[in-house]
Amino acid sequence: MKNKAPGIFAVFISLLVASAPLQAHHGSAGYDLNKELTMKGTVTQWLWANPHCFLKYDTTDENGSVVHWAAEVSNPIDMTRRGWSRSTLNAGDQVTITVRPAKNGAPVGQLMKVLLPSGKELVGWNPLVR
Amino acid sequence: MDKHSLNPILGGIALLAFSVGMHAQTSPPKKTGTPKTLQEAPAPRRNLSGIWDAENTMEGINPRGVASHAPFTAWGADLANNAYKPGDGPRRVSVGLVNDPLDSCDPAGFPRNLLFELRPFQVVQTSDQVLMMYQYQRVWRVIWTDGRELPKDPDPSWYGHSVGKWEDDFTFVVRTVGMDERTWLDNAGNPHSSEMRVEERYHLVTRDSMELSVKIDDPKTYTETWVARDKFRLKLMPANTDITEMICAPSEAEEYKKTMAIPLSK
Repeated sequence: MKNKAPGIFAVFISLLVASAPLQAHHGSAGYDLNKELTMKGTVTQWLWANPHCFLKYDTTDENGSVVHWAAEVSNPIDMTRRGWSRSTLNAGDQVTITVRPAKNGAPVGQLMKVLLPSGKELVGWNPLVR
Repeated sequence: MDKHSLNPILGGIALLAFSVGMHAQTSPPKKTGTPKTLQEAPAPRRNLSGIWDAENTMEGINPRGVASHAPFTAWGADLANNAYKPGDGPRRVSVGLVNDPLDSCDPAGFPRNLLFELRPFQVVQTSDQVLMMYQYQRVWRVIWTDGRELPKDPDPSWYGHSVGKWEDDFTFVVRTVGMDERTWLDNAGNPHSSEMRVEERYHLVTRDSMELSVKIDDPKTYTETWVARDKFRLKLMPANTDITEMICAPSEAEEYKKTMAIPLSK
């Protein structure tokens, strides 16, 4: 425990720092900010762009049908600060994605975190931003 | 958790507290009078040169818009309540309904570039100009310091017409007119007219920090003048700071709209 404390403290401080930026002018009003969905998907495209980066991926629903999802994060500069890059995701990657979904049921959301094929997890949208 | 495991945490907190304390000790007191000498404010005289960034990144980005503003006139209220559909602030609408000019990559314009996404910017001084070059949208402004007057009947432009002068050795005051009415003031969809006059005050506190205040004078839109940024703290960045580009490309914005905004609005 004694040895873990500095690490825990560092993570805590890192989270405080990392949660500072994010959010642009589009707002969050279309999303259900009290709900999170976690799903496995296959990346079809990762767009490293302004005003927002976003991920397109395919999932399979309970009927076996493919559903095309898209989930957004912030802009490249903010995402770089969070450890993301243009090459973080590539078409064909098998990932686990957590989103705050659209209120209207459309397969779009705010990308909260993603578990990469390498086992590394990256934080996307700041959960404190509503 | 035993007391030994707490030590690093307490140490960290103490370090933070110490840092805050140091900051308080090294920062000059809030304006107690116009500084006249280097002893009172150890900053370079009449020199804003360098790369500056918001001390508080989130406050620089300011996604919610201004915290408050003067009351609207009838003209201003009509724009704010009926025409502008912002994605943030008290009148925010669902993303698919937002009509923020930035959605299609229109220029943020002035002074929105100071009230939203105020990120690193570089100041370059010449004998008759101060140039301010911003990361967001990779634009620059020319502030004339050659003694010219502001134009009497300016053609509106995205970033207006600016003149500046040193009020004292550490305070640079910029006046700007002729802003294009299509731009918004902030993310909350607060409007302005082309009659708006803006005053920026850059006050050097130390060599490494300065304060920015932005005053809005727009009687067509607001019933009185008001301060949109009040002594907002900026810090001097290392000279080798690379201000990476941050450009809104219409084709990328269109892809975002098609993929995200339209499905959200259905």
